[in-house]
Amino acid sequence: MGTTPDLAVSAEGLVKSYGATRALDHLDLAVPAGTVMGLLGPNGAGKTTAVEILATLRRADAGRAVVAGHDAAREPERVRERIGLTGQYAAVDEILTGRENLVMFARLSGLGAATARRRADDLLERFDLTAAAGRPAGRYSGGMRRRLDLAASLTLDPAVLFLDEPTTGLDPRSRNGVWRAVRDLVGAGTTVLLTTQYLEEADRLADRMAVIDSGRVIAEGTAEQLKSTVGGDRVDVVVEEAADLEPAAAVLARVCGTAPRTDPEERRVSAPVAAADRIAALTGVVRGLDAAGLRATDIGVRRPTLDDVFLGLTGRTGADREGAARPAAPAPAPAGQGAAA
Amino acid sequence: MTASTAARPAATAPAPRSGGRFARFWSDTAVLTRRNLTHAVRSPAEPLLALLVPLMMVLLFGFVFGNVMAAEGTGGTPEQFREYLMPGMFVMAMLYSVAATAGGVALDVDKAVMGRFRSMPMAPSALLAARSAADLVRALPEIAVLIACGLLIGWEWTEGWDRALAAVGLLLLFRFAMTWVGILLGVLAPNPNVVGLIVYPLAFPLGVLSTMFTPPALMPEVLGRIAEWNPISAVIDAARVLFGNPRIVGDSWVADHPLPMALAWSGAIILLCAPLAVRRFRRLSR
Repeated sequence: MGTTPDLAVSAEGLVKSYGATRALDHLDLAVPAGTVMGLLGPNGAGKTTAVEILATLRRADAGRAVVAGHDAAREPERVRERIGLTGQYAAVDEILTGRENLVMFARLSGLGAATARRRADDLLERFDLTAAAGRPAGRYSGGMRRRLDLAASLTLDPAVLFLDEPTTGLDPRSRNGVWRAVRDLVGAGTTVLLTTQYLEEADRLADRMAVIDSGRVIAEGTAEQLKSTVGGDRVDVVVEEAADLEPAAAVLARVCGTAPRTDPEERRVSAPVAAADRIAALTGVVRGLDAAGLRATDIGVRRPTLDDVFLGLTGRTGADREGAARPAAPAPAPAGQGAAA
Repeated sequence: MTASTAARPAATAPAPRSGGRFARFWSDTAVLTRRNLTHAVRSPAEPLLALLVPLMMVLLFGFVFGNVMAAEGTGGTPEQFREYLMPGMFVMAMLYSVAATAGGVALDVDKAVMGRFRSMPMAPSALLAARSAADLVRALPEIAVLIACGLLIGWEWTEGWDRALAAVGLLLLFRFAMTWVGILLGVLAPNPNVVGLIVYPLAFPLGVLSTMFTPPALMPEVLGRIAEWNPISAVIDAARVLFGNPRIVGDSWVADHPLPMALAWSGAIILLCAPLAVRRFRRLSR
């Protein structure tokens, strides 16, 4: 097959267009077996399209995708036997109960009736849904529905699990629950491809991440590697009065010995600082501001976050979820839930 | 596998049974048919409406229009007209069910759970076959209620149980064909809202331009010719033959052989629509 055997997912030059909109533009991706790959990118970057192609829901216009040892375009049935998919919207039947859902999915995965019932009960217990097993899934809370969705993806212990924004819209407690479940799976040897707009999520779960924008991977590596691309630590000062920005910048320039950047909108000044000097620089800045009679509302030393990586690479913050900051691209008509993103 | 901390000591998933594609298709269809029927039982508003509308039609056409139509048309009594009418009402109920099938499919295709079905190692065509099967099961109470209503207003079958059952079988075959028309429309519809807009303007003229209310001989030449060849006419007249209800025989071969025509039309509709629907469904959202 010409693929490295220890790659659970490999994509080469994937291209997919919806009319005039190019969702994927020669996307390459390699996920070693047993690892978690985070796919990061703003809305419309192509994350969902990439997952849909890898999970055999869509066909790429060009390029090749091999998942769990099988070509996604040529042997979709074989791929489907080895994968689980949890999408942005809980893909469960809202009228059926939680147990009925899991039994149905188990039966459709090829399990016999008795085995399917046993498997459903196992999964309900594992995801703490036993008490709610007899209620229609439509009446579940968002977190419960997502857990049921995740449970359904695990019917056959998939070799590769695709999680497409698994915690979007969840409260922090439910999010922690999903994260714990994902870490357990990875501990048991499952390969996970995770798309997310939450940088914290990627930071917590993923071994490696790929940042994608406009349908191609623009950076790839571990969180540390990505962070190092945007530079080291910085001293940040937020002043109370906009008029204090310039004098504060002067203080930072003097203490840190580097060129500060000012952000008038947030009334923030920040300057790079060497890791060894961080605390000395911080103390110096506090004294300098005090001596100049400048009032700060916040002072701190920051390590670069994935947000900085995002901003540096795409010109947008990860939290910019509306994708509104995208200048040139005309908003494509959202044809169905899969066409965008 | 290392032990996971998630409550249970890593319950290993059971291995799927191996089985032929055909066996898997039937088993998947059975599982999904059950799903669709559970939906019908738990949200019964739409199925109940599907029972009530044909009843309303029978009362409307049988009693409000019955006297006029009997006087103008066959020269018979309103009672005779109602006997003439009932087989048409059975077929009309089967015909209008296209809207329910198409609407159900269009709604289903839009649901998030469809993504899960598609990413599973199952037969995609089982989703459509299950819709067809479930709607066929739903047709049973519909026909039963109509028969009861017919008996109440003086309609009856006169050729024995076996022929009457054959008539029901024919109605079910026609309904089966209609489910595939509905499924095809459902997968073609850009969204669930347009389904009604597509179905009713198609079904209404098809019903009226048949032997449902009026013998073709009483229509203008061209319309009469269309009514004679209308598949709906063949099914209605075949039901009249099997139930032993009055019918006005035309002078063409098709009018003289409603039963073979009804079987041929139903078969042709299935052979045309089912493969098209499956093909279209597989290509959805590619």
